[in-house]
Amino acid sequence: MSVRHHLLAAISLAIVATTTPVSAQTLRYANQGDLKSLDPHTLNETTTHAHLGQVYEGLTARDKDLKIIPALAESWETPEPTRWRFHLRKNVKFQNGDPFTADDVVFSADRVRAKGSNLQTRIPADAKVVKVDDYTVDFILTSPNPILNSQWDTWYIMDKKWAEANNATQPTPASATTPSFASLNANGTGPFMIESHQPGVKTVFKVNPNWWQKPEHNLKEIVFTPIASDATRVAALLSGEVDIIEPVPIQDISRVDSSPNAQVLKGPEIRTIFLGMDQSRDELLYSNIKGKNPFKDVRVREAFYKAIDIELIKNRVMRGLSTPSALMVAPQLYPPSKDFTRPKFDPDGAKKLLTAAGYPDGFEVTMDCPNDRYVNDAAICQAVVGMLARIGVKVNLLAQPKAQYFAKILKPGGYQTSFYMLGWTPGTLDSHNVMYDIMGCRDDPKSARGETNLGGYCNKEFDDIADKVLQETDTAKRDQLIKAGFEIAMKDWAYIPLHQQALAWGVSKKLKVVQRPDNQVLPYWMVKSE
Amino acid sequence: MLAFTLRRAVQAIGVMIAVGIIAFAMFRFAGDPVSQIVSIDTPAAEREAVRKSLGLDDPVLIQFARYFVNAAQFKFGVSYQFRQPVSTLLAERLPATLELAICATIFAMVFGILMGVYAALRRDTLLAKLCQAVSLIGISLPTFLIGILLIYLFAVTLGWLPSFGRGEMVRIGWWTTGLLTVSGLKALIMPSITLGLFQMTLIMRLVRAEMLEVLRTDYIRFARARGLTTRAIHFGHALKNTLVPVITVAGLQFGSVIAFSIITESVFQWPGMGLMFVQAVQNVDIPIMAAYLLMVSLIFVTINLVVDILYTIVDPRLRATVSRPA
Repeated sequence: MSVRHHLLAAISLAIVATTTPVSAQTLRYANQGDLKSLDPHTLNETTTHAHLGQVYEGLTARDKDLKIIPALAESWETPEPTRWRFHLRKNVKFQNGDPFTADDVVFSADRVRAKGSNLQTRIPADAKVVKVDDYTVDFILTSPNPILNSQWDTWYIMDKKWAEANNATQPTPASATTPSFASLNANGTGPFMIESHQPGVKTVFKVNPNWWQKPEHNLKEIVFTPIASDATRVAALLSGEVDIIEPVPIQDISRVDSSPNAQVLKGPEIRTIFLGMDQSRDELLYSNIKGKNPFKDVRVREAFYKAIDIELIKNRVMRGLSTPSALMVAPQLYPPSKDFTRPKFDPDGAKKLLTAAGYPDGFEVTMDCPNDRYVNDAAICQAVVGMLARIGVKVNLLAQPKAQYFAKILKPGGYQTSFYMLGWTPGTLDSHNVMYDIMGCRDDPKSARGETNLGGYCNKEFDDIADKVLQETDTAKRDQLIKAGFEIAMKDWAYIPLHQQALAWGVSKKLKVVQRPDNQVLPYWMVKSE
Repeated sequence: MLAFTLRRAVQAIGVMIAVGIIAFAMFRFAGDPVSQIVSIDTPAAEREAVRKSLGLDDPVLIQFARYFVNAAQFKFGVSYQFRQPVSTLLAERLPATLELAICATIFAMVFGILMGVYAALRRDTLLAKLCQAVSLIGISLPTFLIGILLIYLFAVTLGWLPSFGRGEMVRIGWWTTGLLTVSGLKALIMPSITLGLFQMTLIMRLVRAEMLEVLRTDYIRFARARGLTTRAIHFGHALKNTLVPVITVAGLQFGSVIAFSIITESVFQWPGMGLMFVQAVQNVDIPIMAAYLLMVSLIFVTINLVVDILYTIVDPRLRATVSRPA
């Protein structure tokens, strides 16, 4: 063949290439956080779940409004309250070609509950997972659980054969001494496959042509880079080097919005930010009041609540990007929350309450606060310090990085706090989680109830209702129970809910995305124009 | 001479051990690694299991002994965050940091010497004054600010250079290089300037001062009297004699360029060891922190050792005092 022939062929190819519209696009995405491991069972964290949700899938998924929808399970029913039957989707293949069957579900159920997994609570430890046939699996429980599958959208199914062949049948614990295969390689059933993964540097996904669903995206490739520095991440979006960033710092929102090629997509997040008070110790650890605990007096708690000007925090600190909340759970997760309203901001009333409680001149207390965990966390605490100063309470603020903060305030640190700020997203996306973990009594050391109830609020009546909520399968009745529970907590001034912070994603104008309130950035719903 | 080298080597090992002890003492204040490994809603019992499996519940002395024995055998363990061996992670990140440090040093040397010479020879021109002004900026502005300013000017406003990362890389064995691709070279420009600006300023001021000094000496005056060309006097005689201290300083500064790359790497999301160290601190990833600190101290100690030995070779007077200690 002559040189000319080659040349001709090349030219005609080039013409074809330029005339065919290129619809498959490359998405370039930057997030503040890393994708540390590809093992779907090692880290229980939103960003990681979102990334791995491109590669792996669960039996169920959550749609654009967070409703539970079928995924690898086509349908399910509960023939008895303690037995759930899942019918698996047929003709689904893993990315290496292995067929997806009930064995993979049983295997993944064991793996997610194994030592070293960070997602052990996805399935109750005493639940039995039984293969009925190749495409039917039963989950047999010891007690009824209406929200069994509420977190299964991020319980990802792995290929048993692949895991066994690669010695990856157990999630890699942090104490491992050998590198884990599953943390550098992935083999799921999802819309994208891992092409390359350098932890903390760059991960490239390419489209899975054999995906069982019809894709809504038009991407052929996703290039993910973690960019930890806020200014650099925003600059990368403004210069067009990346198509989407998460998050946009609040102070940069107006600049991104005024740029010609990008905008900020804002929306409510389901994380609730709140203040808690130590009401269990007989004497506060960090206060000038000795021999008694002011927070044990319900009037002091009420005074603190009423001294907080939540609108000021919203307008000044959060620049409008927050939704003040009367409850410890976001309205998206508990629709009847609209029946609750925050008590009015009332500094004079608060002052009177403090006087009535025997603290006419206020008192001193130390407040624990993270400074790198939630949106403007330290600034919110600063504002709270100022507001409480108006009713005579002198708050010494201890704002620390999350590594030190959590080490001090959580259970392993001995709940060493008198007054603190915390944020919470119920992992199950359900109120029971908040009623159990945050608001339940922690007096039984054997029970996990109230483990994140750092202030030790305790009301047995409330706990009884929480237990009924777990068992109740009728939604309307359940909502009524939850309401009764939250009313008790409000009457007790158990916590001071502040707000749900807003999501802020920076998105190129070329890109259409779906923003879900759980802050998962999900490329499989993105469409990019040229 | 051999005794001197040995003595210095023993001292170097002492320094390494001291760094190891200080580093280990500091880890205790970095926070709780377990709360970074598990999510916040992890039951306390499970947290304790993780703590136990990492040996974090042992007495401090036992933990230190274990850490020390492993470090002495160059076993740095597995990163808590990535579940990968620390040595692999560091080896992956080493080329990025070294390339950046070398480019920054070359930039600093070339521009520092040129500007220094010019500022010394044409002291009163506008350009010389401008050089002085630039050197003031280089000394007084913090690195991260320079980096962000460069990003906003050249990446966001002008769109000439990338704002983050290393660009496309070529893999040669285990080494990855950005020097062989256009995007890789473009990605190197801003981080190198940011990292090298301080050293450049230093070198420029040093060269200028030395040059002015040398130009006043007798042998320059004699050279002029002999009727040599100005060029030969300035570059053949004066500059050559200026360069000895400059090379010494640049060599010693190379260690701090590597250590200071932490900030530059964070600003430009440069995938080097410094960036990994910062993230390790935030996540209390003790194996990475320990290995990085030991490595940086090794680099410093080695450079100092080499410089000490070179001095004795270069300067016979030192050799005399070394072999006959007073």
